[in-house]
Amino acid sequence: MSDLAGQGRAKSPDPAASTSDPVPDRIHAVPVRHPGRWASAVVVLVLAAMVVHGLVTNDKFDWPTVGKYLFNEQVVRGVGWTLWLTVAAMVIGIVLAVLLAVMRRSENPVMRYVSWIYIWFFRGTPIYTQLVFWGLISVLYPKLSLGVPFGPEWLHFTTTELVTASRAAILGLGLNEAAYLAEIVRAGLQSVDRGQEEASRALGMKDSTILRRVILPQAMRVIVPPTGNETISMLKTTSLVLAVPFILDLNYATRAIGTRIFLPVPLLVVAAIWYLAITSVLMVGQHYLERHYGRGFDEHHGGRAGGGPGGRATRQEAIAEAGTTPEIAVFDDMGRPHGGGAGGAR
Amino acid sequence: MSQPTTSGVVPMVEIRGLHKEFGHLHVLRGIDLDVPQGSVCVILGPSGSGKSTVLRCINELEDITAGRVRVDGELMGYREGTRGGKPALFRLGSRDIARQRARIGMVFQRFNLFPHMTARQNVMEAQIRVLRRSKAEAGARADELLRRVGLSDRAEHYPAQLSGGQQQRVAIARALAMDPELMLFDEPTSALDPELVGEVLAVMRDLARSGMTMVVVTHELGFAREVADQVVFMADGVVVERGTPAGVLENPQETRTRDFLASVL
Repeated sequence: MSDLAGQGRAKSPDPAASTSDPVPDRIHAVPVRHPGRWASAVVVLVLAAMVVHGLVTNDKFDWPTVGKYLFNEQVVRGVGWTLWLTVAAMVIGIVLAVLLAVMRRSENPVMRYVSWIYIWFFRGTPIYTQLVFWGLISVLYPKLSLGVPFGPEWLHFTTTELVTASRAAILGLGLNEAAYLAEIVRAGLQSVDRGQEEASRALGMKDSTILRRVILPQAMRVIVPPTGNETISMLKTTSLVLAVPFILDLNYATRAIGTRIFLPVPLLVVAAIWYLAITSVLMVGQHYLERHYGRGFDEHHGGRAGGGPGGRATRQEAIAEAGTTPEIAVFDDMGRPHGGGAGGAR
Repeated sequence: MSQPTTSGVVPMVEIRGLHKEFGHLHVLRGIDLDVPQGSVCVILGPSGSGKSTVLRCINELEDITAGRVRVDGELMGYREGTRGGKPALFRLGSRDIARQRARIGMVFQRFNLFPHMTARQNVMEAQIRVLRRSKAEAGARADELLRRVGLSDRAEHYPAQLSGGQQQRVAIARALAMDPELMLFDEPTSALDPELVGEVLAVMRDLARSGMTMVVVTHELGFAREVADQVVFMADGVVVERGTPAGVLENPQETRTRDFLASVL
């Protein structure tokens, strides 16, 4: 106590100490010791050293070869293809999933059944089988045409030209993914409070506006984390496109090289490093997406708290941040700012 | 049980023979109600009496089972016509119903603000999407209304950063932004801590003074006494008693009204 006051008089550079502490007799207790933390840190360090040692000294991993092929042209092209397959399939999957989820909630029974059957079929058959099917589509349907069933036809396509191997792979992965994502989107839509739709309807909004502007943005909070999971899963599912067959992706490229030079293990390591790197990048993207759609819900994480005209966190926000009460109840007269709070600047 | 007189002028709200069933539950059993233009009607009654359901039937948040609801002379939810030479009611499509709802403002017990939008965005959203106002126009109107409810300095705050009373005032501003001809309040202060009730009632009192037609479901007898032109007491899905605040609140004729008033006071 006395030395704290002494520091204040001595004009310490620390701004917190230079002003007199409004809290009398603030507690500065000796912290509890945590020997367990130190012990576990030592154990983990030793284990990590063993793993690194095992990786570095085992010449079967052949690190020089790993280094040689990490940026090999064929490998890098494989990375590009794998990324493209992942992104394109996820885009198709997400768009279709939103459509399926909305159809599932529709008042129109035809829409509901179509959605149900789609999900039933694409979740109920293996992705591998579906990819083989898409690879065989030009055999099953050599020509595609647009027209009235049993009636006139207006447009003709040769299937092999329209559905190339990469397109078949993307279609196969995307259509399958949509079935899984549709359930995630549906869960997200259901998580939004019914009062939101009611308030929107009372304001005279159309159903499509309500979905786009009110329901979906709130559902995204629930949708994004499992969708990130699905994206990372998709990254590795792309290795199945061999079933189409499509053979330019990362997994096939590394395995082909490994077989050719009779060194499969280092090329497996190359593949693992790339998959891990891409996953890390995707996780960063997911973090920012979650932060965007969390706005208004977890403000104190968003860094925009206290972004009002005053620019300072109000008392009420500080309480909200502490999370003591779900409903904040700080008295505030009609429009009068809190003492020293956000309104002070005006 | 005197019927309110409207002396030939079309009332803002005209309800005749309104029935509503939820499954087998007969919630409203023949409601008649007139709310003259520019007047305030307060509906009182024990929970489960159907007060909120009446409000929700006025702006078609519930399909009605029987009866007619008219707002400013326009039949809500249906079009009258003939089919096979006989008079028939045709259900309106969702677009027409949305158009009818846009003229009626509604304030909910649980506020129902859009949590992902700031207070200002909450007030702007329907102006832009429904009334097709420009962003600048909607923003200017939002600023004006937030000032009117005393929340200019909270415009950029998200609902989670506002107290219950502030959220409800934003909700009122959001409804007013649509320039409604009628405002419905569904227990607007019931979810608030006692010390926050006053600020919301103050805004509603101002609104009533400005000549807005209002139908208010509330338990705030003080508000009813001071602001209402007409007080309606409901129980078990029927109107038990109606009249001036002085008549119903100070000198109730029915036993059920007396019992209710005794229990709230």
